[in-house]
Amino acid sequence: MVKASTGRNALVRKELADHLKSKRFLILLLLIGCTSFASLYGAISGLGDAIQSDSNFIFLKLYTSSGSSIPSFMSFIALLGPIVGLALGFDAVNSERSNGTLNRLVSQPIYRDAIIVGKFLAGTIVIAIVIFSMGIALGAVGMAATGLVPEVEEVFRILIFLFFTVVYIAFWLAMSILFSVVCRHSATSALASISVWIFFAIFMSLVASIIANAVYPVNDQYSAMVNSLNNYTLNQNLNRMSPYYLYSEAVSTIMNPSVRSVNVVTVSQLSGAISGYLSLGQSLLLVWPHLTGLAALMLIAFGGSYVGFMRQEIRSN
Amino acid sequence: MAEKMENIIQTSHLTKRYGSKIAVNDLNLSIRKGEVFGLLGPNGAGKTTTILMLLGLTEPTAGMATISGYDCTRNPLEVKSIVGYLPDNVGFYGDMTGRQNLRFTGRLNGLDGQKLEERIDELLERVGMTEAADKKTGTYSKGMRQRLGIADVLIKDPQVIIMDEPTLGIDPEGMRELLNIIRDLSVKDGRTVLISSHQLQQIQQVCDRVGIYVEGTLVACGTLAELEQHIQENGTYLLEVDVEPCDDQILGMLAEQDGILGISKEGRRFMITSKKDIRPQLTKFLGEHDYTVMHLHQRGGDLDEIYRRYFEKAGQSDESDKSETKRKHGWKHKTAGK
Repeated sequence: MVKASTGRNALVRKELADHLKSKRFLILLLLIGCTSFASLYGAISGLGDAIQSDSNFIFLKLYTSSGSSIPSFMSFIALLGPIVGLALGFDAVNSERSNGTLNRLVSQPIYRDAIIVGKFLAGTIVIAIVIFSMGIALGAVGMAATGLVPEVEEVFRILIFLFFTVVYIAFWLAMSILFSVVCRHSATSALASISVWIFFAIFMSLVASIIANAVYPVNDQYSAMVNSLNNYTLNQNLNRMSPYYLYSEAVSTIMNPSVRSVNVVTVSQLSGAISGYLSLGQSLLLVWPHLTGLAALMLIAFGGSYVGFMRQEIRSN
Repeated sequence: MAEKMENIIQTSHLTKRYGSKIAVNDLNLSIRKGEVFGLLGPNGAGKTTTILMLLGLTEPTAGMATISGYDCTRNPLEVKSIVGYLPDNVGFYGDMTGRQNLRFTGRLNGLDGQKLEERIDELLERVGMTEAADKKTGTYSKGMRQRLGIADVLIKDPQVIIMDEPTLGIDPEGMRELLNIIRDLSVKDGRTVLISSHQLQQIQQVCDRVGIYVEGTLVACGTLAELEQHIQENGTYLLEVDVEPCDDQILGMLAEQDGILGISKEGRRFMITSKKDIRPQLTKFLGEHDYTVMHLHQRGGDLDEIYRRYFEKAGQSDESDKSETKRKHGWKHKTAGK
């Protein structure tokens, strides 16, 4: 009798080898690499201005500041990171089905969930490799180019930022695996997952503001005075359903110690507050719900694909 | 010998319904250890569904199946570690070589290292794929994929091998090799082989017993001889004869013979239907009248005929049902039109 973990390990190993040897991976690496270094170039050229306004935590600014009209690394990753997850997962299950390898696979002495877990695990490992190597390479090049040396706290903040990014992209991986389970053709699942990505990245904020304005109108002066707080809060909460927004908000807090709050702060709340930087622990505390939310979204998407796959009929055609 | 008779695959009242459609209906099947069993039936007869239930990949609606004492639904892992499954249209990872594909299957079965490599070499040799082993499987022909599929199934050293339509799309030469391999699996290695197919001529050469499947129901099961006998007990004989010279005179003479129900002519051949076996009588008669027998073939001895008869039998009642409903529908339409 074969141990259950043997099959899963063999699967993860094979999936990893597949990903790492594929052209798709090379293209993704190239895409992320190019944008990273473009953003680094922008950040370095705009560094002078950034230092003048705030001369602490300069190393983090390599990741967060933008210049020469090139977005920062952080916003690039928030926008393009999903592509990595989608590209790794959109044909995970349906290509196996159409190639006729799925029924050969399920007839081996492995649990059926080992297949989907193996695919998700291998994808996440690839994502972690890409993100950490890119993030660290960016820092190294930045260090060489500017002569800045990161402080310990900055290193931790960057590592946490990269970890958040992995969770964020793993959500998109899980989402695309879900579509690959549901859709018969990989083209359909690719389109479906891309449309979800575009919706969250572009249209979600529009939808949120439309709903917020409908519920708490701010058309005239009076209603603006009464409703603007509620309007803003609702708008923000709706936006937070989008992993894109959730992630952006979380990492900009982590990477920018001067962010003290993620919600609306009234003037009375601010009275007596000492302006200063948040410690790493406090920054983390501030975005802990975001991390939980992102992880939950990822697990929901993965759970969906897991259940879908387990209940699906295995047929050759 | 006693061990040889032991049943390794056993199903009792195995049933699968998809909505209102019955895919497999109350299947009771026992397959003995070491035999080659052919599951025959047209497309959509429920063969693949039965196989999926045997592998624990689909849950039966009712009844149960066991392989080597393991319940296929409750202990699928135990079952799958002793059963090798060769699906129809077997697929491999196209950007991996044949050897890499086999290695992956071996690892899924808990093999690794030197032992696995030796096993892969041995199996590649056995199916005659040693030369192509390091080419990517994306470049393989259908026949090569099938042979690699057999090697893939054998990696885990299974007691039972299930093949779903293994002969589909294979050229005659490949077919001969495939059948030899199947024979060897049973005779040399003592494995039990279950083959599902709708192509009969190929299968009859290797099967010890066959089961005939029509619309989810097993209509007949047994050795070829048994089935033949069964058919002939309640049927008629059909004899193909080709004689020289072939003139019309003989037609009249034949028709006068005892026990002949009818004669028709197809090309150069006479098709003679009779109540009993008239071969001895007929050859004597033809010899006496200076006719040379060029061809004499009693239909019904091959699986094709058996299969056709069973289908006719099972289909007839069905056909009349259909025309019945058709008529009713037509009538309903008419009245609705009024």
